[in-house]
Amino acid sequence: MSWDIVIGIETHVQLTTQTKIFSGASTSFGMPANENACLVSLAYPGTLPVLNKEAVKKAIKFGLAVNADIAEHSVFARKNYFYPDLPKGYQISQFELPVVNNGFLTIGDNKKIRILRAHLEEDAGKSVHGILNNQTGIDLNRAGTPLLEIVTEPDMNSAQEAIAYAKKLHNLVQWIGVCDGNMQEGSFRCDVNVSVKPSGSEKLGTRREIKNLNSFRNMEQAINFEVNWQIEQLEDGNEIVQSTVLFNPDTGETRAMRSKEEANDYRYFPDPDLLPLKITQEDIDDIRSTLGELPEVSIKRLVEDFKLNDADASIITSNKQTYEFFQSLISEGLDPKITANWIVVNLFAKLNDNELSINESPINKDQFVLLIRRIMDKTISNNAAKKIFDLLWDDPKVEVDQSIESLGLKQVSDSSAILPLVQEVIAHNQAMVEQFKSGKDKAFNALVGQVMKLSKGKANPGQVSELLKDELNKV
Amino acid sequence: MKNLSLKELNIGLSSKKFSSEELTKFFLNEIKTSNPKINAFITVDEEKSLQQARDADKRISQDNMNELTGIPIAQKDIFCAKGWKTTCGSKMLDNFYSPYDSKVIELFNQSGAVNLGKTNMDEFAMGSSNETSYYGEVRNPWNLDYVPGGSSGGSAAAVASGMAPAATATDTGGSIRQPASLCGLTGLKPTYGLVSRFGMIAFASSLDQAGPIAKSAEDCALMLKVMAAHDTRDSTSIKQNIPDYLKSLDNPIKGKTIGLPKEFFNDDLNQEVKIVLEQVIDSYQKMGVNFKEISLANSHLSIPVYYVIAPAEASSNLSRYDGVKFGYRAKEFKDLEEMYLKTREQGFGEEVKRRILVGTYVLSAGYYDAYYLKAQKIRRLIADDFKNAFKECDLIFAPSCPSTAFKIGDKTEDPVSMYMQDMYTISTNLAGLPAISSPAGFINKMPVGFQLIGNYFDEATILNFTHQYQQITDWHQKTPGADV
Amino acid sequence: MALTDKDIKKLSHLAKINIDSKDEEIVLSKLEGIIKLIDSMQKVNTDNIDPMSHALDITQPLREDVVTEKNQKNDFLKLGPESNEDYFIVPRVVE
Repeated sequence: MSWDIVIGIETHVQLTTQTKIFSGASTSFGMPANENACLVSLAYPGTLPVLNKEAVKKAIKFGLAVNADIAEHSVFARKNYFYPDLPKGYQISQFELPVVNNGFLTIGDNKKIRILRAHLEEDAGKSVHGILNNQTGIDLNRAGTPLLEIVTEPDMNSAQEAIAYAKKLHNLVQWIGVCDGNMQEGSFRCDVNVSVKPSGSEKLGTRREIKNLNSFRNMEQAINFEVNWQIEQLEDGNEIVQSTVLFNPDTGETRAMRSKEEANDYRYFPDPDLLPLKITQEDIDDIRSTLGELPEVSIKRLVEDFKLNDADASIITSNKQTYEFFQSLISEGLDPKITANWIVVNLFAKLNDNELSINESPINKDQFVLLIRRIMDKTISNNAAKKIFDLLWDDPKVEVDQSIESLGLKQVSDSSAILPLVQEVIAHNQAMVEQFKSGKDKAFNALVGQVMKLSKGKANPGQVSELLKDELNKV
Repeated sequence: MKNLSLKELNIGLSSKKFSSEELTKFFLNEIKTSNPKINAFITVDEEKSLQQARDADKRISQDNMNELTGIPIAQKDIFCAKGWKTTCGSKMLDNFYSPYDSKVIELFNQSGAVNLGKTNMDEFAMGSSNETSYYGEVRNPWNLDYVPGGSSGGSAAAVASGMAPAATATDTGGSIRQPASLCGLTGLKPTYGLVSRFGMIAFASSLDQAGPIAKSAEDCALMLKVMAAHDTRDSTSIKQNIPDYLKSLDNPIKGKTIGLPKEFFNDDLNQEVKIVLEQVIDSYQKMGVNFKEISLANSHLSIPVYYVIAPAEASSNLSRYDGVKFGYRAKEFKDLEEMYLKTREQGFGEEVKRRILVGTYVLSAGYYDAYYLKAQKIRRLIADDFKNAFKECDLIFAPSCPSTAFKIGDKTEDPVSMYMQDMYTISTNLAGLPAISSPAGFINKMPVGFQLIGNYFDEATILNFTHQYQQITDWHQKTPGADV
Repeated sequence: MALTDKDIKKLSHLAKINIDSKDEEIVLSKLEGIIKLIDSMQKVNTDNIDPMSHALDITQPLREDVVTEKNQKNDFLKLGPESNEDYFIVPRVVE
């Protein structure tokens, strides 16, 4: 029996506004408990919500970035339920008329993942367990932080597709500046709805919702476990019960929440304290003009205009800071391919080892630019450049030209200096020459290597190859 | 000082006939004497009031005063006042000292008025008799065995008994106009959105409005001048040019038209009330006002519609009373669930619990369309009735209540019979229109009022017409104990 | 649409208001009276009528994204029925 996997994802994205969605309290992260809680956050009697302009703008920006319709008229609704970190006993959200409708993101080989809707709502506070036995502490700092809830259609059919979508969304919301994407801090939270059905069947299976996944690794593991579990259940003749499920990263398993209640009746109704939100075409056009180039377009440009390969282009556009860094280097006249290579291979290696983001790179930018120029003008070889790069990383005061001098790394590109070395190597390595002549290409590289060694690494490898080829032809 | 109008008090203060401190002491004394039998006040804080009075006197001596500076005003205990116990008539908030001032309190403070104390009210503003308060029923100063009306019964009783020269109140289904009518006072419900709801404890958010209860239209105009102001902290607060309500009090009304809704003047109208109202019509006609029959065809639906929408909104508004961040918390519970269940069982009174259950019901899955959505649709029909009516008249005339005050305890067994008290007032809340109740006479020595309903933001016309009526009659000047 | 005991239990649970079984009857009968009152709406034809959520035909004003509130943690915690120096305390929440 073969099975189809059906996945839909709901993502809660915290918007990067200064203040909460319905009050002027600060949203700064990491404050001591309850210091960012204001009268409205505490839901004191008589307090009322007033909508944050910036939250609306960011919602519109997102909608435009996913080719969605922006509702001219959207309505806030109350979602009623009791929980200690939900101070009003209801969450202000959007129900029937959300602000963003019918967008999409493409993943992989042009597969469209439809975004059914995205709506604005407020985040709840935090429950802190284990204060004392049998007690929970309530911190309302987070209560009221603006969220955009982004809901897809169940268009994904594997864990890989789900991750691809999540990663693309994660990059996009940071790229356009609506979210900081910090999954550890809870800025980007995914709930994944998973169901399975017999291959070819039209009818969707019952789904279970895996809540609050805060890393792509966890998401992948959770989905894989859940799919296998559901298939096992169904093959054993058991039914899947619609439920909410939590993933345990330590065991790698998903488990239904121990809730004895039936599905909550949220009794949605339009919030009478808020008026309908009106968005004009002018508002939309204003925000569209601030959208800038989207990652998909940037990748295309890198591949078509700069002839980067897909992999490098993807990495350069994996976040906006890297892309902007790349752009700034190109704008100084650096060769795109060499630059891309140096960022992707060398810079990223150092950054990843040290767990730094590109903005935290200790490399002096001007020296980095100079380093690449010296590769471009063939003053130094790639290998020599790597040595200098290491020095730049360790000490931002290091100067490239000075280092080239003091370490004697200047490349020899003069044919008249290299030719004697080439001839000497040919003369002393007849066996290798024979091997090359009989078709073993590897021998050529070995011969190049010999010349490089003889030149103490200073010969320009490109020149060496050229001259060696010529000389070998003569033999 | 007891029977002086706000205007006269203002003159007395500015001419230094008496100081604010003296004036405040006077009313605090009246409260000490009369409140034990009337129970109009929940909280009185002499020190706070007198401090404000002294500050007002300073302002007065510096010639920095306006119409309300130095005048003690009673505040319905629905308005959050910083540092004051603010209970909303409920055990749920018996220990709640508000950390902030509502806009209404801010406005009175800024004008230099003195907070005379917090008045009693039906719990969470749900009621028409002030019998549901955790702090006990309020008694009608005209006859202590009778109700003063509700939910603003405390405010009305305070003013009618002379414990306060004027008071603030709120009206969701008639809670300013009905007590005003039952206590022989003038009470105005402004257009929805004119007075900020920030800091005004919510009952039904799309219906609640704050307004004055006082002894005359002129006093109400003075109060409204202070209360009407835009507030960015209330999304439903209107940005509107506020006219000078005092200036237009004496505008000529001859030749204007008042509409008479035939649905209000049918056989359901109490005969004795009808006779009193006919006299009012007569008085207006003598002043040259024309009366025209109009129809508010859907007005009979206003009670069912109201008793879907108001409880629905209330059921949600009152969810914040959960014992977590402020207010009452049950003493014994075994877990969180029980804490909620017991806190809300013990903290709320019967009527409040009943309305929360009704509200929960009409919003619940399977019933939303049939009840809540349906009610919102009929609400539009009701509002449209008024829109059409105002094409043919300047104001609409109506009874304020079905009758005079009833005896305490008479209607507490049957919620529905209590709800019928609101039959003439509720439709204006649903439409969001302004309306006033003014004294019209007496039946068996108990006050009766009449209602004037105006178009959106036309408080000026309402006050004008009422003031003109009060120039040629003296019902509004009668006080309990006087010979009626 | 007559109410039953089951309805009362469900409403009690949704609204988080305890109703002792001995009181269920009375609560039920009083609620029934109110439901009967509001049921009179059903006879009215409301096809093609737009529901009215707000009295006035205006749209939501927007607030500038500027911090206006300050830290009042201590005052707020003091108002709590139970709190320590950092949190409002409730019985342990079981997930």
